[in-house]
This record gives sequence, C-alpha cells and structure tokens, in this order.
Amino acid sequence: MKIMVPVKRVVDYNVKVRVKSDNSGVELANVKMSMNPFDEIAVEEAIRLKEAGKAEEIIVVSIGPKAAQETLRTGLAMGADRGILVEHDGVAEPLAVAKILKTIVEEEKPGIVLLGKQAIDDDCNQTGQMLAQLLGWAQGTFASEVAVDGDTVNVTREVDGGLETVKLTLPAIITTDLRLNEPRYASLPNIMKAKRKPIDEKKPDDFGVDMAPRLTTLKVEEPPKREAGIKVESVEELVGKLKEKGVI
Amino acid sequence: MTALVIVEHDNVSVKDATLATVTAAKAFGDVHALVAGSGCGAAAEAAAKIDGVSKVLVADDASYAHPLAEELSAVVLSVAGDYDAILAPATTMGKNFMPRVAASLDVAQISDIIEVVSEDTFKRPIYAGNAIATVQSSDAKKIITVRATAFDKAAAEGGSASVETISAADKAGVSEYVGAELSKSDRPELTSAKIIISGGRGMGSGENFKIIEAVADKLGAAVGASRAAVDAGFVPNDYQVGQTGKIVAPELYIAVGISGAIQHLAGMKDSKIIVAINKDEEAPIFQVADYGLVADLFEAVPALEKAL
Ligand SMILES: Cc1cc2nc3c(=O)[nH]c(=O)nc-3n(C[C@H](O)[C@H](O)[C@H](O)COP(=O)(O)OP(=O)(O)OC[C@H]3O[C@@H](n4cnc5c(N)ncnc54)[C@H](O)[C@@H]3O)c2cc1C
Ligand SMILES: Nc1ncnc2c1ncn2[C@@H]1O[C@H](COP(=O)(O)O)[C@@H](O)[C@H]1O
Repeated sequence: MKIMVPVKRVVDYNVKVRVKSDNSGVELANVKMSMNPFDEIAVEEAIRLKEAGKAEEIIVVSIGPKAAQETLRTGLAMGADRGILVEHDGVAEPLAVAKILKTIVEEEKPGIVLLGKQAIDDDCNQTGQMLAQLLGWAQGTFASEVAVDGDTVNVTREVDGGLETVKLTLPAIITTDLRLNEPRYASLPNIMKAKRKPIDEKKPDDFGVDMAPRLTTLKVEEPPKREAGIKVESVEELVGKLKEKGVI
Repeated sequence: MTALVIVEHDNVSVKDATLATVTAAKAFGDVHALVAGSGCGAAAEAAAKIDGVSKVLVADDASYAHPLAEELSAVVLSVAGDYDAILAPATTMGKNFMPRVAASLDVAQISDIIEVVSEDTFKRPIYAGNAIATVQSSDAKKIITVRATAFDKAAAEGGSASVETISAADKAGVSEYVGAELSKSDRPELTSAKIIISGGRGMGSGENFKIIEAVADKLGAAVGASRAAVDAGFVPNDYQVGQTGKIVAPELYIAVGISGAIQHLAGMKDSKIIVAINKDEEAPIFQVADYGLVADLFEAVPALEKAL
C-alpha cells in the first residue's frame, strides 16, 4: 500500500510571532520556517509503517509557495520516496487544501493518508477530517497509536477524557497527536540522497480547485497583554495574597 | 436566523462546554439543540432546560452510542438545511466531526471562535494565541466551533424547549468503537474547574504528583500538566494544558515546575489569577504570573498544602 502525507510549511514552533503594526497579519519576513511539527510525526509514522513492511511507498504532498520544496525535501530526507508540490502563493484554506488532496488521492490511491492534527499557524484542525468526508472515508484523528492489520487499522485517539480506540476500514485518514512517535533527524547521507528524489510540480488549476478564501481576515491583533505581577517571598505571603483576592 | 448547537453529553447530562456554545449561538437569534446518542432521553431533557434553547432535536439510536465522526456528521447533515449556523464546542468531540459537516456543505469552518462580532464576523486565536484574527465568512451557512472558556455559560435551568425526535441517518459503517481508557477522578474536570494546579517536568516523576494532588484535594482543584510531564509518562494525556491540549481559564491557575513555553501559555494565560512556583527566577512563566514564588517545589508545595 501507498501512504500519502500532506506536509505544511509553517513558522517554526520556537518563533514568537509578532503582529504587523498595520494589523494586516503577522510578521513572516526573515522568520524561520519549518515543517509543521505534527506533520513530522506523520512522516515518521509512515516511515515506521514502511519499515514494518506494511507500506511500500510514501508520498509527501505540500500546497504552498515555491519554498515549500524545502519542506518536501525534509520529508524525503527523513525517508519518504517522492514529493508533490502544488504551488500556490497566499492563503490555502483547509477546505481548498482538502479538495486538492482528494484529487491527488484519487490518482495515487493510497491506503492511508496521514496528516497532522493541526497546523500550528492557523490552528484550524480541519483538513484531515474534511478530506475524510470528501472521500467518504473513515477517520482516526489525534492518534497516539496506529496498528495496521490487513484491511483495517486500529487507531488509539487522545480525547478529552483520556484515550479511545476506533477500528477503521481501509482506506482511511489518520491525523497525528504529539505522542504518536518521536520523529527522527535526517542523516547527512539521507539529506544528500533526498536531493535526487523526484518532486512533481503542479498548480491548483491542474486540479480545478478554486483557492479563493472563504474567510477574509479583516484584522490581526495582539492578544490582550498580561502584565507580570509580583514575586512573593514565601508560601505564607502567597497564601495571604490569594486569601486577600478571595480565590481560596 | 436560527442556529443549531450540537450537544455534548454522556446520554444523561449535558457537558458545560455546550452551555458556553449556546451563549455564542444566541448571537444568531433562535437557538435549537441536537442531541444524538443512545438512550439519551435524560440528556435531551437536560438540553431542553438550557436557558435560550427553544427546540431540541433528538436522534436516539445505537449508532450514536459513541460519538463516531462518520455517524455524527451524517445526522447533523440530515438537518443542516434548516439552519443558518451550526455550532459545536471546540472539544476533541467537536473538532472531530464538525469539519466533516463543513466539507459536505462546501463551507469553510471557523474554528475555535472567542467572540461573535456579528453574524458573519468572528474573532479566533491563531499562532498559539499569539495573535487574534478577526475573520469574515462569505459562506451562506456558518459552521463554527466555540472555545468554551471565552463565553459565559448559559444557565442550565430555566428553559422549556420542545423536544422533537428525528430519525437516525443512514449508517456510514466504516468505523467502529473498540474501547476507551478514560481517566477516573473525583476531582473536577479541567475545563470547568475553578482552581487548577498543574505540574511540569520539574515534578520529576508521576509519584511526585502526589504533593500536587494533596493541594488539589484541599482546594477542590483539578490537576493539569505540561506536555513535558505527559510525554514523560508522569500523568495521562488528558491532563495536558496548552495549544494542542486543553484550553482552561479558571479563577486560579497554579503552575508548578513549568517553564512557561508559548504552547503551554496558549492554554492557560486567560486564567484570572496565575501563580508560578519555579526554582529558576528567569523562567518565562513568571512573565505572566500574578504571584511568582522562586523556590524548590519539593519544599514549597508541601508547605502550601500545610498552610491551606
Ligand atoms: C507542536 C507543539 C505543541 C505543543 N503543545 C503543548 C501543549 O499543548 N502544552 C504544553 O504544555 N506544551 C506543549 N508543547 C511543548 C512546549 O514547547 C514545552 O516543551 C513544554 O511546555 C515544556 O514543559 P515544562 O515546562 O514542564 O518543561 P521544561 O521546559 O523542562 O520546564 C521545567 C521547569 O521546571 C523547573 N524546575 C525543575 N525542577 C524544579 C524544582 N525542584 N523546583 C521548582 N522548579 C523546578 C525548571 O526551572 C523549569 O522551568 C508543544 C510543543 C510543540 C512543538
Ligand atoms: N497547505 C498544506 N499543504 C499540505 N498539507 C497541509 C496544508 N494545510 C494543511 N495540511 C495538512 O493538514 C493538517 C491540518 O491542518 P489544519 O487543518 O490547517 O490545522 C496539517 O498538519 C497538514 O498535514
């Protein structure tokens, strides 16, 4: 079976983003960009399934600017086999991304599409579920364990009350949570090898998908700022302050 | 305009996050609620009492015994035509099925809203809450998940909605529920607790969480954790507070041995009063703490418990 992994190029999780002074968005010039952390976990899981003999080929796909090539190369260096770049500048909303992915799925026929649960820039948490619905497939979101068995997969999910396990008929969609695995670092030889792996270049038009956003961002603001308070010297002082405030 | 709220429940009672979602839904006008469950009559009655809900739709069927996204989205879609807006709490349940509803309706979902500015304009946090975006939707129907901590809870009593049974949707049948390992605790739930005490990597072990639990017991508090504490196996995953864990906003949040990474702050910085106990006076958590105590937690936390 093939596994497809959509990977998004996002602001690195270590960057503390700043809102632009004209409130049109956040400052992205000269900011470090990386693969969305949840997507790294998805690539890792795909590689582990391949290493376990459950999958033959891993395709990484990104919808984004030309520079998303780098994100695909990261996935290829980790161990994916080939990439597809759908070049698009500007906002790519989850619904439009899911429509493009659907067409690619129909061509490539993967048994599993592994996505991140959430892109850490838009914090939408939608794309995998939307793709599942467009395809009429089952979904196992927020996965912390994936066990493929023949034509089904058991997915253990991180839910508000604890953990839940669902059994899905393949083909299926899986979205990753933090504790699914710890992604590997690409070795230097693998980074070199990845340079020769193929990346197919496409445009949204090739899929007939309209990228026009449905949501217009009117403005982007700083959240209300929280001022640092005071340092207390002792537990007694702390308890006194909290009693004064009436919270305990 | 009429809005539909998808009720989160355990077949008997309605979860608090639903009450906050009803408050958000009132901005659209009339509010109906959908209870899909199995043997969920009591939950439907509870939903009918929520202040501001005028009608409750009930889909009582074995296929809704567990909230499988494939089945839930189908029943929501079966009534979606009647509504201008459909809202669910941004819990793991709401996040799971709502995008499927949006995709079928060809609508861009508006995730995790914290304010309804007008019927088509909403505020939502992006970049782990480091920015707040105001977005305007051009879709005819609004599909929305709601950050419960950002809205007051509608009163659970006082309403008297009519209750109407609807038929179950055709079964998708591509997934099945196998089982769950749910954390059992006599303490309040994290997302509705008035006081939370959370531990981080600084706790050192799961065993050491006992000192936090002792404080929690005295304060009637819930216990939370940072990602590092969960990853290290000190406590179960559902304790995690943060960008990708639970969003909380209690009256009092006590962070113990937590450094204050932006992903953790994203989940708790709207708490009314924040206390930080950390031995590193440079820890970023102190930048958001109302009261900071620079101390070794293994001394400070037991002392705190004694002082209460
Ligand atoms: C995609 C992504 C999503 C994430 N989502 C989340 C999330 O939802 N929630 C979350 O919490 N994190 C999240 N993280 C992780 C986050 O970046 C931090 O790594 C994490 O919050 C750190 O946890 P910590 O503060 O417990 O550990 P550390 O940063 O290691 O801090 C431990 C603290 O304990 C203090 N300490 C140690 N010993 C003592 C002692 N004896 N007495 C007093 N103080 C002591 C230290 O001074 C230190 O400040 C996410 C990361 C990524 C990449
Ligand atoms: N532009 C994109 N290109 C490739 N994958 C994407 C893109 N946007 C979202 N995804 C995938 O969908 C997941 C969830 O994203 P979101 O719904 O935006 O939070 C991500 O973790 C990726 O796996």
